[in-house]
Amino acid sequence: MKPAPFGYADPTSVDEALDVLTAEGEGAKVLAGGQSLLPLLSMRLAAPTTLVDINRVPGLDQISAGRDGVRVGALVRHAELLASAEAAGVQPLLGRATANVAHPAIRNRGTTVGSIAHADPSGEMTAVLALTDGSVTVATPGGRETIGWGDFFLGPLETSVHGPAVVLDAFFPALPERSGTAFAEIARRKGDYAVCGAGVVVTLDADRRVSSARAAYLSVGLVPAVHDLTDAVVGQPVDSADWTAAGELARGLVDPDGDLHASADYRRLLVATLTARTLADAGAEALARMETA
Amino acid sequence: MTEVQTERAISVVVNGVPREATVPVRWLLSDALRHGFGLTGTHVGCEHGVCGACTVLVDGQPTRSCLVLAVQVDGRQVTTVEGLSRSDHQGGQVLHPIQEAFRECHALQCGFCTPGFLTTIAAGLDARDPSVEITEEEVDEMVGGNLCRCTGYANIKKACRHAAATMRDEAAR
Repeated sequence: MKPAPFGYADPTSVDEALDVLTAEGEGAKVLAGGQSLLPLLSMRLAAPTTLVDINRVPGLDQISAGRDGVRVGALVRHAELLASAEAAGVQPLLGRATANVAHPAIRNRGTTVGSIAHADPSGEMTAVLALTDGSVTVATPGGRETIGWGDFFLGPLETSVHGPAVVLDAFFPALPERSGTAFAEIARRKGDYAVCGAGVVVTLDADRRVSSARAAYLSVGLVPAVHDLTDAVVGQPVDSADWTAAGELARGLVDPDGDLHASADYRRLLVATLTARTLADAGAEALARMETA
Repeated sequence: MTEVQTERAISVVVNGVPREATVPVRWLLSDALRHGFGLTGTHVGCEHGVCGACTVLVDGQPTRSCLVLAVQVDGRQVTTVEGLSRSDHQGGQVLHPIQEAFRECHALQCGFCTPGFLTTIAAGLDARDPSVEITEEEVDEMVGGNLCRCTGYANIKKACRHAAATMRDEAAR
């Protein structure tokens, strides 16, 4: 349970980090919070030749919440995002999902952007990036580019970014008007990897009828995906909408794998149950926000 | 360009004492504490972040010492279970209220997981307003990231409430 030998560098700028990554080649890996990477190293599931620690790069620890959305820098810890009332005010899913990320000791160290770059389909923030239609900013020796979530996640633990690159930030668009969100997950122990989790956004029309219902799931499928469940509830008054039907629709849309902790059928059942439950909460929140707006 | 190293000198304030060591960069903080500094109070259980036994405080924040490299705490303050007690200003030491409570409530049996529980709960209790009654949710959050295979947690949670009550009484004095 010890990492294999590696070289270590802790550059103090993004350009320096890219220089080291370029010089060290394929075996180099960026280290931010390390709460997913170090277990992989200790279990020898990964053996990078060089770790490029970005913790000393200034300016990457900022949360900026504006009207359009929330930009989260690469060194923002989960605990900091969880504590940000400004971020939650613009996009409530951030606080809700972050509260479900691991345990406090892990949240103190692990970074939100790191867990996105890690691209684990059981991660909370990968699902939230998808559900909010977010994007990441990636620095490469060729410059900086913005990559939408759909082009970023390729497979479990795999992104479209290859070669020397540092993910600088993630951008989560703001919650639209007349909308509410909810997030829930089932884990064997609170804070452990979810057996199944669901994040949802419900949007109402001016007559308080459902105009959109969308969901993203954790530990269901190989990459984050957003499922549009609007057809099951469209036009229904929010306080009597048939959320169970939306859950049943979701159950048919997902294609989870079974593993030691849960069979595929059990995961589908959880998808249906969590969908109905979270949609009801999100609908109620959308209504409450309309009434206070 | 930034140098790639396989060994590095670090200086860390551990339990209030400045310490220096030259460590292989692949050493975990738990390795440095136990093998570098001889502080074996930090117990290493799973060594991949699941059990919480190795939790220490880095700049006051509970952190898994198996999930941080020793080189990453260069220049930081680390508190281990050995550093939870305070001076009684008469040449002796007094235990943290959670340590007293563990003894009072029989919150340990084999003791392997205890250092991680103590550091995590101590930081949680120190960070909260002691005049406010502790809730079950707070207690669950404080103990939820640590595994104990002996106690069944009931007495550990009891110790949390006991320590919170002690700290409330102390604050009221």
